[in-house]
Amino acid sequence: MGTTASQLGKDLLSEYQELTFLTKQEILLAHKRFTELLTKDEKDLPNTRVSMERVLTLPELKSNPFRKRICYVFSTSEQKDGSLTFEDFLDLLSAFSDSATLEIKSHYAFRIFDFDDDGTLDCGDLEKLVNCLTGETDETRLTTEEMRQLINNILEESDIDKDGTVNLSEFQHVISRSPDFVSSFKIVL
Amino acid sequence: RERHRAKRRDGDREKKKRRKGRRRRASRAGEREDELQARHEKREAGRRKRAKNYQESEGRERDEEEQAQIKTGKTAKTKKNIKNEKTRKVEQEEGEAEERNAKGKKKHGSAKKEEKDEDGGKCAAKEKTQEVKKKKHKRKGADTLNSLSPEELEKLKEAVDERKKLIQGLRGKPWSMKKKLVTLRESQEFVEKYEGALGKGKGRKLYAYKVMMAKKWMKFQRDFENFKTACIPWEMKIKEIESHFGSSVASYFIFLRWMYGINMILFGLTFGLVMVPEALMGRPYGSIPRKTVPRAEEASAMDFAVLWDFGGYAQYSVLFYGYYNNQRAIGWLKFRMPLSYFLVGVGTVAYSYMVVIRTMARNANESGVGDDNSFNFSWKTFTSWDYLIGNPETADNKFASITTSFKEAILEEQESRKDDNIHLTRFLRVLANFLVLCCLAGSGYLIYFVVRRSQKFALDGLDTHTWWERNEVNMVMSLLGMFCPMLFDVISALENYHPRVALQWQLGRIFALFLGNLYTFIIALMDEINLKREEEKIVKFNITTWEASLYNSTVSENSTGPPITIQPADVPRGPCWETMVGQEFVRLIISDTMTTYITLLIGDFLRAVLVRFLNYCWCWDLEAGFPSYSEFDVSGNVLGLIFNQGMIWMGAFYAPCLPALNVLRLHVSMYLQCWAVMCCNVPQERVFKASGSNNFYMAMLLVILFLSTLPAIYTIVTIPPSFDCGPFSGKKRMFDVIQETLESDFPAWFSKVFSSASNPGLVLPFILLMVLAIYYLQSTSKSYKEANVELKKKLQTQNEENKKKNKRAALKAQMDLEEARKAASQTADSSQRLYHGKNRRNPPAPVREQGLPATRAPVPRNYHHGNHGAPGYLPGFPRQSEPRMHRVPSLQRH
Repeated sequence: MGTTASQLGKDLLSEYQELTFLTKQEILLAHKRFTELLTKDEKDLPNTRVSMERVLTLPELKSNPFRKRICYVFSTSEQKDGSLTFEDFLDLLSAFSDSATLEIKSHYAFRIFDFDDDGTLDCGDLEKLVNCLTGETDETRLTTEEMRQLINNILEESDIDKDGTVNLSEFQHVISRSPDFVSSFKIVL
Repeated sequence: RERHRAKRRDGDREKKKRRKGRRRRASRAGEREDELQARHEKREAGRRKRAKNYQESEGRERDEEEQAQIKTGKTAKTKKNIKNEKTRKVEQEEGEAEERNAKGKKKHGSAKKEEKDEDGGKCAAKEKTQEVKKKKHKRKGADTLNSLSPEELEKLKEAVDERKKLIQGLRGKPWSMKKKLVTLRESQEFVEKYEGALGKGKGRKLYAYKVMMAKKWMKFQRDFENFKTACIPWEMKIKEIESHFGSSVASYFIFLRWMYGINMILFGLTFGLVMVPEALMGRPYGSIPRKTVPRAEEASAMDFAVLWDFGGYAQYSVLFYGYYNNQRAIGWLKFRMPLSYFLVGVGTVAYSYMVVIRTMARNANESGVGDDNSFNFSWKTFTSWDYLIGNPETADNKFASITTSFKEAILEEQESRKDDNIHLTRFLRVLANFLVLCCLAGSGYLIYFVVRRSQKFALDGLDTHTWWERNEVNMVMSLLGMFCPMLFDVISALENYHPRVALQWQLGRIFALFLGNLYTFIIALMDEINLKREEEKIVKFNITTWEASLYNSTVSENSTGPPITIQPADVPRGPCWETMVGQEFVRLIISDTMTTYITLLIGDFLRAVLVRFLNYCWCWDLEAGFPSYSEFDVSGNVLGLIFNQGMIWMGAFYAPCLPALNVLRLHVSMYLQCWAVMCCNVPQERVFKASGSNNFYMAMLLVILFLSTLPAIYTIVTIPPSFDCGPFSGKKRMFDVIQETLESDFPAWFSKVFSSASNPGLVLPFILLMVLAIYYLQSTSKSYKEANVELKKKLQTQNEENKKKNKRAALKAQMDLEEARKAASQTADSSQRLYHGKNRRNPPAPVREQGLPATRAPVPRNYHHGNHGAPGYLPGFPRQSEPRMHRVPSLQRH
């Protein structure tokens, strides 16, 4: 732990604390876990990117159906390959932390569910989302008829302006009333 | 508005500037420039154009304001050249983040900051700050020339405050870390630089001091927060479990930890205020009869079997009520022992009530919002995944349970579900309830029977009976608590309820069973107390005769010599019923703990080992088939914990050692159960989320607290204390200690006031007043509730109206679209998009290139500066999200 602390630097650490919802210990732990993902020679370089495949080996993300989306959303890479720098990683953990606000959580949740990155949740997004939730195996999948019914119901409830899609404000409106979104939208290292 | 202003200006200069800027940037080497992409700019341009459309009106205002600024600027116009030079100097002093911009500024004179603008994407706040900064730089110059006017100062102050606010709100912004870092550094620099410029003379010093203190305070707060989180025990363990088993199993451990905290405080109270003072300052062991093992028991007092039963030396120690002396003040501190004992007993109960009710109220606050059912499907889709799950097996179970919940919801929605044989189900349910009732009655009778039998054994003397016969009561109670729930589980299969409903029934039944057992036990105990009290009368009579005979013999034999000293061990004494009650509870707790641990070891660990290793040489698949691994039973464990706590509350008055024992038990439990869960349990098939049931458990705890304090209070108030043991011996009632203290320790007027205050003429009106207050509060809360419902209804109708309106608008839009299609040769898609954009108060989404950075969504920001029509649209949403900000899962932060 001592080495990681010195690597991060005191100023940077306090800035990270200012900018995220994480405590000092959590940031240090995150740094430790992140450097474990790096190879030896990468460790010396500042601002290295870790490819998505390696990020997804983290047990916290491994069985999450939205793992790839999470990486894409938090990645600042230009190639859109979902690779993360340490700062991206901190952003991720901050949004998923215990004390993050509902607003920021719902914002990122929306972006995660927005599979085609077009700023709204349309039928395609919802279908992918439901498929993610029901798992990969065929036996748990919903039939097309059920899927259609389900998506219709969702739009009926949340699509307030009736444009056939759910936009961010509608999404946040729905989420803000949910009793357990904040407690389940969490990832801790 | 400033930010729009800046944006617009940028837009004007954009075209001219971009080429130059790009060239220059290409030559520059720096990490930011590396990341920079042409598409950022393009998007930026698109955004600006859009912004322009919507900010015409604001633009006008801006012009006016700028004119005003120019006017103020005129005062220092002659010095402008000097100022500019100074500005540049100032720029050079700034940190590295600023340096590039400073360069740009020098080259471009008036248009200073556009460079950074392009760099930072759509960092609106930054633009704003730049705008402000530009002004400030001029002012800095002015400041050095001592020409700061009051309104400029005011503005500067405002800007500083704005920056501060920005810094505070930065973590809540969905930006990338890099942007946040840059903004933070800039803002901090700005604040540091200009904070000192505020105020003059004395005021300045004071201001600087205040700012410094505020900073220090912030840092301290942050450190303290870090320290606090570091102090929460078992955080990592719980997190690990959370990631393996989801939040419901973790909620049990969080509950356990919370219980541990409460018991720690109870332990601190009893240990610090009762046990330690008596042990240190009270009379030592063997000085008086109540502190000595009687002669008859002396031989076996150190035997392990006796000690294990909390007899012998354990019985005559600070662990139990009987050991305490009724001396009013002990030691050089003049510690009022009996009073302290009484108050601690009352205090533990009062404290527990307070904590439980407070937690319940907090939980109720949290879950109060989300009880309407209007977003059933959306919630199921958007919020059903538990992101904490990190174990593939749990994830699979979760997938399955989500799918079933979807299917069920769809079925319910279609309402095509037919009860194929309603009479059969009804019959089966009645039958199941009948069976459960039989079980409850049977277990109650069994306990009563066993307790009565044990009394008979006790009369015979313990030595003549086997170990089983001596420990029958506790063993039977523990066994019943172990096997009846299983039986209920089997019976509930008959009923064919929805799993959630079934769980509630199950919980209710186990609760009834435990409660029944506990109360039978107490009733039997009451019988025993009565027996002891009769015995006490006889003993008392015997003692008087014994004393008389002793006195007579001393008098007759040597009347002048010193009175014969009698060993305290030889003095006959009464059966101290309080100690007996305490012992019973301690034994119960011990045997309960033992059964819990043994079940854990056998039912979980041994089973897991057998299944794991016998699977290699068995004829069917043990892991998938019949025995398989056990699941972690959250509800059963929580109930066990709650009842255990109930026993502690009940017995703590008569056995001060109970909280200590319980702390020990919970501590061991924590480690043992954490280990057992991680090594030999499989995730539950039905993965429930924790949040729903929190207050349910709390409510049960409250009920148990109430029910367990009832008998304790009853015994304290109605039964006179034993005459020769305990801190209240010699008094008529235990609470007489209060009166005694009032009379002898307080001045006379105080007791007079107290006694006159406690006369019925004053007490009755007071009670009446309280009842009235309660009635009033209750009725107001009722009316609030009604108002709440009313508002909810209103919201719904408004939503519906909006829906209708939008539908109409959509229809119209469609017609327009058709027309447009006919008229123009535009593609249907783009025009529809345009229309929808307008209709939605969102400006049309920009035509976006393929490689958009995945970090920003364009929609939210536009939303704010659209027209603000349709007031019923998402009413109260932004406000509602605010108070929820610091919300945490309810059990977690006790």
